[in-house]
Amino acid sequence: MTSVWPLLEPLLPRVQKPARYIGCEDGAKAKFPDPGLVSWCFTYPDTYEVGLPNQGLQILYEIVNERLDARADRSYAPWVDLEELMRQERIPLFSVEHHTPAGEFDAIAFNLSAELTYTNLLNCIDLAGLPIHSADRTERDSLIMVGGHCTYNPEPLADFVDVVVLGDGEEVVGEITEVMVRHLAPTADRPTTKFADRRALLVELAQLESVYVPSLYEMTYDGPKVASVEPLVDGLPTLIEKRTVADLADWPYPKEQLVPLTEVVHDRLNVEVFRGCTRGCRFCQAGMITRPVRERPADQVRTMVGEGLRRTGYDEVTLTSLSTADFSNVEDVVTDLINDGDDAGCGPVSVSLPSLRVDAFGVGIAAQLQRAKRGGLTFAPEAGTWRMRQIINKLIREEDLYQAVDAAFSQGWKRVKLYFLIGLPSETDEDTLGIAELAKNCVAIGKKHNNRASVTVSVGGFVPKPFTPFQWFGQNTAEELQRKVNLLRDATRKMRGVQLKWHDPRATLAEGIASRGDRRIGPVIEQVWRNGGVFQEWSEHFDIERWTTAMADHGLRVEDFVYRHRTEGEVLPWDHLWAGLHKDFLWQDWQDALAEVGLEDCRWTPCYDCGACTGYGIEHVVASATPPAGGSQGTGQDLTTGGAVPVTVLPSRHGPAPENRNENRIGEHAEASA
Amino acid sequence: MSPPPKLRLRIRFTKAGKIRFVSHRDVARLFERAMRIVRLPVAYSEGFSPRPKLSFGLALSVGHESDAEYLDVEVTEMPDVETMAAALSDALPDGLSVESVVVLEQGAASLQQVITSCTWRIEVLGAPTDSVAAAVAAALDAPELLLERVRKGKTAVADVRPAILALRVAGPFGGTPTKEGTPATGVPAGDGGLQHGTELEVELSNENTSLRPSELIEVLGRLAAGSDATEPDGGLLEGRVRRTHQWIEVDGIRSEPVSRPDASTRHELRRAS
Repeated sequence: MTSVWPLLEPLLPRVQKPARYIGCEDGAKAKFPDPGLVSWCFTYPDTYEVGLPNQGLQILYEIVNERLDARADRSYAPWVDLEELMRQERIPLFSVEHHTPAGEFDAIAFNLSAELTYTNLLNCIDLAGLPIHSADRTERDSLIMVGGHCTYNPEPLADFVDVVVLGDGEEVVGEITEVMVRHLAPTADRPTTKFADRRALLVELAQLESVYVPSLYEMTYDGPKVASVEPLVDGLPTLIEKRTVADLADWPYPKEQLVPLTEVVHDRLNVEVFRGCTRGCRFCQAGMITRPVRERPADQVRTMVGEGLRRTGYDEVTLTSLSTADFSNVEDVVTDLINDGDDAGCGPVSVSLPSLRVDAFGVGIAAQLQRAKRGGLTFAPEAGTWRMRQIINKLIREEDLYQAVDAAFSQGWKRVKLYFLIGLPSETDEDTLGIAELAKNCVAIGKKHNNRASVTVSVGGFVPKPFTPFQWFGQNTAEELQRKVNLLRDATRKMRGVQLKWHDPRATLAEGIASRGDRRIGPVIEQVWRNGGVFQEWSEHFDIERWTTAMADHGLRVEDFVYRHRTEGEVLPWDHLWAGLHKDFLWQDWQDALAEVGLEDCRWTPCYDCGACTGYGIEHVVASATPPAGGSQGTGQDLTTGGAVPVTVLPSRHGPAPENRNENRIGEHAEASA
Repeated sequence: MSPPPKLRLRIRFTKAGKIRFVSHRDVARLFERAMRIVRLPVAYSEGFSPRPKLSFGLALSVGHESDAEYLDVEVTEMPDVETMAAALSDALPDGLSVESVVVLEQGAASLQQVITSCTWRIEVLGAPTDSVAAAVAAALDAPELLLERVRKGKTAVADVRPAILALRVAGPFGGTPTKEGTPATGVPAGDGGLQHGTELEVELSNENTSLRPSELIEVLGRLAAGSDATEPDGGLLEGRVRRTHQWIEVDGIRSEPVSRPDASTRHELRRAS
């Protein structure tokens, strides 16, 4: 093993924020680089500040380092100033623990959480000194692996990655390690030569459940559409299924969350309280692909929070999930955590709940949250009118929003942020302008409590994602999104206390190209990267011209890949992958959306047979069989509980544990990181 | 009625090795966390977002090391000061080490107010020692040294000669040993790891006119280059920079905010000067 540190160190005084390249985090594992171990380099293809907090990578990093047959370091994309110096001085991408060249690891495993990082993925492979095309790599080269939500359509990256992992990574990372162990080259040849036979390794990996090796499958086309995806090797699955861990209680990771020396995003303790979501918001890929709901037991949450705060010295903890207000008895849990912090006598502890639903946010939670230091409050009504919210199945009423905002302002907040999508199916200008109307009314409510109350409206363009009911929907053009932004800008210009922010519609277009593309988009991504298009999530580096030019240069029409409505019988580029959801369920939900029919949360109502539970023999794991405050999606309808509801109720903290808690658990179905 | 007495501690610490690349602001955050880990009963400000009452002295530039950094912290009750230095060091990352903790007298002035000057060891690279020495001599002889710099968005020219209280060549040096160890294999000089240069010892004022180490190198570079040079900076580059002392001068008597502990008195309770 070599270290680039002596070469890197003299460059650091010349770059911005050099602390992101030194490692040294509390919680970092610097396991001895024994060539007999399988070595992983977990990499986030964006800056350290964005990538370090990624919980999926931290979980896998710990799990691998706990193994006797493997070790793991981490790496992040260097910012452009350091990259330029690295290329001048011929310094490769490196890990932050040992400053080992990334190309010396057996596997470089990327988390893909956003399509606009794809060009950075290519840049990282290139900076590691590896050929960017999978076909050009040999036994001497690291395996390039990807996981995370974007891998539910990995085809745009098929030319560049060797191994794709679908779903929860906790269990499969060990299985992949064990296969790699069997294929390692003799120790004397390592790390120069990594594997005895790369193709044999890939074929064996492709037989693991939830592992997809794109080079072993062929994709054919029918005009702009995909005709088929077939395995090229006998014995490989024609349908690759995602992993789902049945019980989060078995995976209390990260046990030692990394504490960076320099400020990063989400710079606080993060404890995942549940995975999955069945609210059924039709635009939300995360909610669809991570089903079913699996709650962590409240006492394990309390232990993880208490130990985490004591070890790290953080005074703030976020309870993470897709909709934390839905966590069973969330108010009691938050109260306990804050009281625990007071008892420990190390200053006020604040608890933040991301993804707050307005129908679950009352004065009770607001009062709890403001006992310690207060952060910002963001609510996500997502759409401006009830009609639109029925279409996207985010069934919150205006009154729900107003009472939530009233609760916030009454408890001392002076500003709340509201998040909306534009470019949703069948959206009219009335729906768009409804956003401004809601914002105005929220400011008026705030003024009752504080004359300086204000509302920030943040607007993003909608990108249809694979494995959602909207996967068939033709995305709005960049021009149409800009027109809607302009409508809102004009409408809010004279509204006192309303501040409008919007996401660049051109970036939304680029995201659309990558999110539902097929293998023909690979050369487009490559050209954007070759023309300097890195850090595409950063506006100062983004230029839509690079994308549209690359599309045209490869004879591809944006219309076909982004704006076109897909048809019912059409083969979608991800049809050979399985996120647990029946395609006919998604199609029916799409039709319901167009008919403006909402769908209730299946945690507390009968099953719709989407496939996520039944297909895996896993059930929702929740501690309370009654829905939280706000009722079912805020519709105010009475709920029937019990009956056909597939809910496994967790034992209460004081009560006896049901003996059959794990009855339906299937060992191999593990959970999802990212 | 007089306000209740404030309990304040003054902490002396060092910063060395890789962690020298961590900013002043991030060091403050590391201390806030370390104090919570050791359960130091830190006082908090009032208001919407309570903040721990910490106050740092002069900021240390990113990349510079120090043998003598200080911070003051207000507490709500007196902790066991004798064990606090070792406990804080354990809770801080490698490279940040607390040398001593003392109780401040009531009404003691803030670090920002009392520090009059700092002593630095500065490695200068990119030119032979004799030309650096000539520039040092020229600087000391100069009646004034004009430096153009941007402060608060405005460009201003100042005579910085009064800020140089002492300056000498401590000697040439043959490499840059680091905490992590000098690489065993030779790396090319220049931008590589093994470098050759000149070490300076300098005391720079923190009073009316102030001067930063990097600005001093800029001044020396101009003097080394002479008037007809192709390189206006004389080719001088900044190597390792380490603050060795911060000084409080009162009536011609110089002392440190907290004196450096020797081996026998390390971590013992001392009164602040």
